[in-house]
Amino acid sequence: MTTTRTARTPTQVAGGVGESTLRPDGIAKLLGEFDYAQDLRAENMLWGATTRSPHARARIVSIDIAPALAIGGVHAVLTAKDVPGRALFGLEHSDQPVLASVETRYWGEPVAVVAAEDEDTARRAAAAVGVEYEVLDPLVDPLVAEAQNEVFRRMRIRRGDQEAEGTVVVEGHYEVGMQDQAPLGTEAGLAVPDGHGGVDLYATSQFVHIDHSQVVASLGLRPEQVRAHPTGIGGAFGAREDVNLHIHLCMLALHTSQPVKMVYDRAESFTGHVHRHPARMWYRHHADEDGRLIRVEARVVLDGGAYASTTSAVLANACYFAVGPYRCDSVTIDGVGTRTNNPPCGAMRGFGAVQVCVGYEAQMDKLSAELGISPLELRKRNALATGDHMPTTGQAIETPMPVADVIDSLSAMPLPDPRDEAQLPGGSGLTTDRDQVIRGVGYALGIKNLGFSEGSDDYAVARVRLTEDGAVVETAAIEVGQGLVTVLAQIARSALGVSRAEVRHVDTSQIGSAGSTSASRQTQISGGATLEASQRLRDRILERHEGDDLTDQGVLRAGEVAVPMAVLTAEGWEETVTFRHPPTEPSDENGQGVVHADFAMAGHRAVVDVDPELGLVTVVRIDTAQDVGRALNPESVRGQIEGGILQGVGLAVMEELIMDGGVIKNSTFTDYLLPTILDAPDVEALLIEQDGSWGPFGAKGVGEPPTISSTAAVIAAIRDATGKEIDRAPVRPQDIAL
Amino acid sequence: MIIAFTLNGKPVTARVLTPVSLLDVLRDQLELSGSKNACDQGECGSCSIVLDGAVVCSCLVMAADVEGSEVTTVEGVASGGVLNAVQEAMHAAGAVQCGFCTPGIVVAATDLFETNPTPSRTEIKEALAGNICRCTGYGAIVRALEEITGEVS
Amino acid sequence: MVETNFGHVRPEHIVGLRRVAELEEWEGRRIGAAVTWRRLEVDGPRALAQAARTVGSPQIRNAGTIGGNLATASPAGDGHPFLAAVDASVELVSPSGTRAVLWSEFFTGVKQTSMANDELISAVLLPEDLPERHEFAKVGVRNAMVISTVCAVVTRRDDGRTTVGLGSVAPTPIRARQAEEMISSIDRPSETDLNEFARLVSAETTPISDHRSTEAYRRHAAGVLCRRLLVRCLR
Repeated sequence: MTTTRTARTPTQVAGGVGESTLRPDGIAKLLGEFDYAQDLRAENMLWGATTRSPHARARIVSIDIAPALAIGGVHAVLTAKDVPGRALFGLEHSDQPVLASVETRYWGEPVAVVAAEDEDTARRAAAAVGVEYEVLDPLVDPLVAEAQNEVFRRMRIRRGDQEAEGTVVVEGHYEVGMQDQAPLGTEAGLAVPDGHGGVDLYATSQFVHIDHSQVVASLGLRPEQVRAHPTGIGGAFGAREDVNLHIHLCMLALHTSQPVKMVYDRAESFTGHVHRHPARMWYRHHADEDGRLIRVEARVVLDGGAYASTTSAVLANACYFAVGPYRCDSVTIDGVGTRTNNPPCGAMRGFGAVQVCVGYEAQMDKLSAELGISPLELRKRNALATGDHMPTTGQAIETPMPVADVIDSLSAMPLPDPRDEAQLPGGSGLTTDRDQVIRGVGYALGIKNLGFSEGSDDYAVARVRLTEDGAVVETAAIEVGQGLVTVLAQIARSALGVSRAEVRHVDTSQIGSAGSTSASRQTQISGGATLEASQRLRDRILERHEGDDLTDQGVLRAGEVAVPMAVLTAEGWEETVTFRHPPTEPSDENGQGVVHADFAMAGHRAVVDVDPELGLVTVVRIDTAQDVGRALNPESVRGQIEGGILQGVGLAVMEELIMDGGVIKNSTFTDYLLPTILDAPDVEALLIEQDGSWGPFGAKGVGEPPTISSTAAVIAAIRDATGKEIDRAPVRPQDIAL
Repeated sequence: MIIAFTLNGKPVTARVLTPVSLLDVLRDQLELSGSKNACDQGECGSCSIVLDGAVVCSCLVMAADVEGSEVTTVEGVASGGVLNAVQEAMHAAGAVQCGFCTPGIVVAATDLFETNPTPSRTEIKEALAGNICRCTGYGAIVRALEEITGEVS
Repeated sequence: MVETNFGHVRPEHIVGLRRVAELEEWEGRRIGAAVTWRRLEVDGPRALAQAARTVGSPQIRNAGTIGGNLATASPAGDGHPFLAAVDASVELVSPSGTRAVLWSEFFTGVKQTSMANDELISAVLLPEDLPERHEFAKVGVRNAMVISTVCAVVTRRDDGRTTVGLGSVAPTPIRARQAEEMISSIDRPSETDLNEFARLVSAETTPISDHRSTEAYRRHAAGVLCRRLLVRCLR
């Protein structure tokens, strides 16, 4: 196994890596004292609100702001003509108007923003802006969009013998509905003008530097005039990568010369961020009589909705991982990300790899049934391993790929005793008696990349300083709840050898980019920067003071304190590192290349109880084994796994945004159902730790793998219980009962 | 109108324009931002408070209606910044991630243990059925509360 | 409050009822409009208590009331099938006096009632002699806090008289009269009888397809649910 960096044995320090150190912001959060963006306030603050299009597609005939301005307490009503700089923004392509002026392309698209003395007045004013629309027919069918070449990206993967055929062939069509990230904290922010034409932005985000660059561009300011600050956020899961209220808030603040705050309510939030791409897939798997994959053919259609967001990368991901963690030498994959008048789709935890897993794991089960080989055995015969090549890109796998270990671990985990009284399907609804329940068991494996791909310059900057408060890690890397602030401090402790360490967030003017909190990348990349900065700092300190150890006491020579810590901390030690992962490249015209920085995989076994007559499902238990490299904080890893699994359960049985002509019909928590505590299965997680990844101490990212195959495992279990060919997520009662 | 009520053990007054919710008054006027607004409609429990001895969603309580009542928010659950048993247990078990649901869960769970010091796992889950968490999958929350069953006096 | 929170409704005048103590009185079969689902969960007649347990969440049950549910008059109201199944009445009070309206005359459409502008719901009136057996069930996609896809109450007296109250399968709560008539005259229903009963229940529903479910599923589930509820009554 090759490594690009030597992972030094961490210094054994209290609160170092490997411990389940408690999170530093936990107490404040428990006391209700932690400030989220929605809790911020400023002197002289105004409230912002947004006027949104009520149509999926319309031409804007005219906008009359006078009725809104006439309302007492309204300080500003801004439209597209008030955008000082670049009129368009976007993560991959700048194709989305800051404020629509010519046409609106999706239901809820912003047309105007207002600032007023209080929130209620702001909302009334936003509703009073007179927009005359010419309603147009929306394009909502992705297949029609594809035929019309309304496409953000087409993907083509060709590897191996394109004529290869198997002795056994199974085929299927699969569908995944539109899931929403639904973080509990909605979009919120506060923009504070600095009195010199610049502005400070405190807003919900996953990536402050990219917010900064888009705000700078659209406001026509110099970079140093805008400072984007990491701010408390109530979850993200991909919904906070795109700009939503950031440019609007800064425009209002600069226009009024007062701080402006904006908070989306829940219904608005559903229109205010991108969603998971709904997917339609066709698959044809060829295998020999021993179940070894000969060829995989697939077609993947992802509906990107009205604007580009990250559709290009999500589609690529879906196609690159369309075969799953299996060896296959002949692969034919075509994918398209379509442009429609449905709500824009973009990043959600799993990023394309979730949708295809529903397809390829259903296919593997079909092969298993066709050949009479057990589901796990079939997967084991095809399991990828370190040293193999990715079936899609041909990339050599050089870091751990413990697919066989995951399979063996799942096999060994005991099934729940069927005599244990699990909650009946239907919950408190009393729909079902015990003798009306059938139990099913299903398996699924998933795989995804870690970090950004296809040649992205993916890096993070971290600065480590030795101060009288101990080691301070300065970063702009966003904490969304995953525990980054905990683990970066652990890394600093272990690498430096001092037990006092904390993470301090600084803004875009004070440090370089840490990149996005997404792609399961921060522990590896910001962690990598923190590790390297800490190691270099320690080396420099020891060299300067000719010491052989650094501890809480200070620099030691032969066991004696040579330079006390109080003296050291006055010397102003700091080290800033930009950490990059091993380089990747864009794929060629056949999708081949060293496209990804690292991989992680996981397996899930779901046990469900089904009431087949009513089609109701209880997910009783999910067992999982996950490839984590090295668990720097085991309890945090378990938290990511349990949380991710429940999001996978949600997609399997209850979460779907229902669209009608491009309009979302269930944009509230009454009808977009998130799993409650009574819907959560028991979870047992086994962490598979193997050396070899380039992450700090061998760590791999852990946030996304739990979502990749948990959905597919639940669906497989439902099939097992009912004998029905379920081919979509989420599974609805009518899919089982009728 | 002006209303007067008891908030976290102390008498307070607030000026309310009906039909503003108690949640809005707590957060905006009384500057207690611990209770959160995540859904505007009582479907998530993030705004949970105790009103005259019962846990309710403050977003569904008209502020004007709490005249003369006793209200306890997350800020009033612990005393003097010292965590109560529920908060301690949740901290120790890693039951807090983004933390947005945490105040509501703290209030609901504290109320549960005050009425039933030895809840079963089912009773714990039923008491928290109205509190949505999107980050943790609830596992650590259940472990935290099972840890203190029988220990809370 | 949901409507005002989202700014859909901006009322000019509001009357706060929380402190009107008479509305919380519960005397025998007269249940005050302000009696909460929490109290009904603990002390209510069986099928009504079962329904109360499924309303919202503990927080909602502590605050939500039987009168509030009636005033909203959602076709999916969890308490409504019971009221329909036992032929309960709604007591309305106004400056000009008090009147009692049978449930079937109270609900007039989706979220519509026959209440006059100056009327208030003061109580729910259950009949003095409730059937000996009554059972409730509700279909929802989630194990808690869910608007019903279908909800139902079946009652059965010792003399065989059976009633079926259904929610979420029509603009208002309904009774499945033909199914009732068919099964009431059968002393010990066979499997065939129960299947026919279920079929008749399904046939009497007029559900819609919406973002929560489909017409076909609701029809199917109504029959399955009522069959199961009747079997429980017969045990």
